[in-house]
Amino acid sequence: MDYLDQLESESIHIMREVAGQFERPALLFSGGKDSITLVHLALKAFRPGKLPFPLVHIDTGHNFQEVLDFRDKLAAQIGEKLIVRHVEDTIREKNLKEPTGRNATRNGLQTFTLLDAIEEWEFDACIGGARRDEEKARAKERVFSVRNEFGSWDPKRQRPELWNLYNGRIHKGENVRVFPISNWTELDVWNYIRREKIDLPSIYFAHERELLIRDGKLMATAGGVIKQESDDQVVRRHVRFRTVGDISCTAASESQAATLDSVIAEIQATRISERGETRMDDQLSEAAMEDRKKGGYF
Amino acid sequence: MDLLRFITAGSVDDGKSTLIGRLLYDSKSILTDQLEAIERASKSRNDGSIDLALLTDGLRSEREQGITIDVAYRYFQTPKRKFIIVDAPGHIQYTRNMVTGASNCQLAIVLVDARLGVVEQTRRHSLIASLLGIPHLVVAINKMDLVGYSQDVYSDICIHYADLAKKLNAHQVTYIPMSALNGDNVVDRSTSMPWYEGPTLLDHLETVAIDDEADGEPRDHHPARFPVQYVIRPQTAELHDYRGYAGKITSGIFRKGDAITVLPSGATSTIDAIEVAEKHLDEAVTPQSVVLHLATDIDISRGDLIVRSERLPVTSQTVEAMLCWMDTKELKAGSKYMLQVGTFRTRCSVREIAYQLNIETYEQIEGVDNLKLNDMAKVVLRTAQPISFDPYPKNRTTGGAILIDETSNVTVGALMLMGEV
Repeated sequence: MDYLDQLESESIHIMREVAGQFERPALLFSGGKDSITLVHLALKAFRPGKLPFPLVHIDTGHNFQEVLDFRDKLAAQIGEKLIVRHVEDTIREKNLKEPTGRNATRNGLQTFTLLDAIEEWEFDACIGGARRDEEKARAKERVFSVRNEFGSWDPKRQRPELWNLYNGRIHKGENVRVFPISNWTELDVWNYIRREKIDLPSIYFAHERELLIRDGKLMATAGGVIKQESDDQVVRRHVRFRTVGDISCTAASESQAATLDSVIAEIQATRISERGETRMDDQLSEAAMEDRKKGGYF
Repeated sequence: MDLLRFITAGSVDDGKSTLIGRLLYDSKSILTDQLEAIERASKSRNDGSIDLALLTDGLRSEREQGITIDVAYRYFQTPKRKFIIVDAPGHIQYTRNMVTGASNCQLAIVLVDARLGVVEQTRRHSLIASLLGIPHLVVAINKMDLVGYSQDVYSDICIHYADLAKKLNAHQVTYIPMSALNGDNVVDRSTSMPWYEGPTLLDHLETVAIDDEADGEPRDHHPARFPVQYVIRPQTAELHDYRGYAGKITSGIFRKGDAITVLPSGATSTIDAIEVAEKHLDEAVTPQSVVLHLATDIDISRGDLIVRSERLPVTSQTVEAMLCWMDTKELKAGSKYMLQVGTFRTRCSVREIAYQLNIETYEQIEGVDNLKLNDMAKVVLRTAQPISFDPYPKNRTTGGAILIDETSNVTVGALMLMGEV
């Protein structure tokens, strides 16, 4: 059996375990390629039935408009429920202090909105698109990752996970983050998108846009999310985004790759990892991701 | 392209991380920024050299202590095959993590330090690989540079290990002399050991036959097994009577028209249709995730096992199993737990500890009343409802089970179900 078929089958199996073991699951949807792949896998797992979970988007208010439009179009097209919760509302209601300064992001605040949404809807399992090849702390996380009521990951108390047996039993207040594409690599996702002809937001493909150069990285000026400073150089370039997160922390790559084939060819040739090239939030310290996960992050 | 999952167990001292680092580095799977990150981290530890272990030890406490605590997964591919490396700790106090990692692997690399030969750790890792039913073993005789690349040292270790392999019933053992530090026989062929004519490690990993079952039977002859995960019932006007059983084939092959039996009820029917993503197939094989439709309406729900009727599994309430205990709280004979096999859960009690197995001397210790974290034992279980399974040595997927503590909800034991008592 081809490896993509094996990975697909494993992911479908994990999604069905979620449906079988939990009362109120949710699929966390960001509009990025990994969560779009999750939706595609969920349709394969449950059609012609309805999905046994809604799509949930935690909107930081710093998203690319193309991605939000894509999100709404996809949800309408498949006729499934989409729940959107806004970080801005959490900031206002909980009187949170928003980070300021040159490279401020709402990445940390996202966790508050996510935990509130989990509480509001009593979600007991949240499916997410994290992969183990992305980052070294993620490489250690289980497929079923049990979190306490604060959403914290405790790497020293992970449950053994054997064969294809997943233990989703939890106490009230706890929840489980489930990662069906744990064993996929970036390239696997792209190859699968090509094979399955999955639609993606346009910003994944080369296009011309206005950017500013900050710390050697190309950051989008879209929406005025990044506060321009007098010494920032504003340029127009042909770029694509290799990952899609907040405008505030996702850098663009210069590229002419306007088709899936050419994007895949560029990714195969690159010598820099996905998060290393594009994510400002992982480069804060050696254990940035581990610390955020302990704090309830995805 | 196919996929091979293999495990390497060990600690920094054994050269495990250097070996993985070498595999990734020489197969050009480490990216520039990852290499820069470990260069930065190596500098902050003041020892100058690049520490390839930093690539694999992902948790802060692991980097601080210089040991591997938990299983990490690494991915790489060559033009011939895709690989998942299951990178597991080697210390005895993390045996449960190695067992966890080994459960899904088709090949295990057992690291032997050429200076030390076969030691307790070799015996322990080999036993775990064998108990978990990993079909292929590679004995990586490492640090050959420190014994002058001596063929005699290599041959002695092979002879010594063959004894062990016989005790463990290990069939497919491959011996490779190497120096992970210098890259001899990992990806590139060594020029220092012209006497060795076998494959390099990567050659072997790229070409070894992948068969999931230890008994080597052709797949078509395996018993067909399908644990039901979820029932799809759209209940819409146009799909009013649609009733599909969703699950993953864990063994064998199912064809349209096959006579099937549902366990534990024993009800029988035939397969009316096999669906994958709303497309109909004539047959489906392990490990495909599919939807089955049956010709007759029978009561089936999550936890039931659909099997092809000509080869039924063992169905029993009293079973023998090898147990690896994984909780810090001790197991006492007579205690009750939740048992999960496939998608089926039922209460059980550990009726008897037949013997504890010393995982380094292989000695069977009788008269043991409780088990501590990382202990291995042969136990007898009594279940509240009958469970259906295939003996683990015949089928790793349908013969594996876990024990869950109903008060903490934690997975506390791994079971390799052996048979009915």
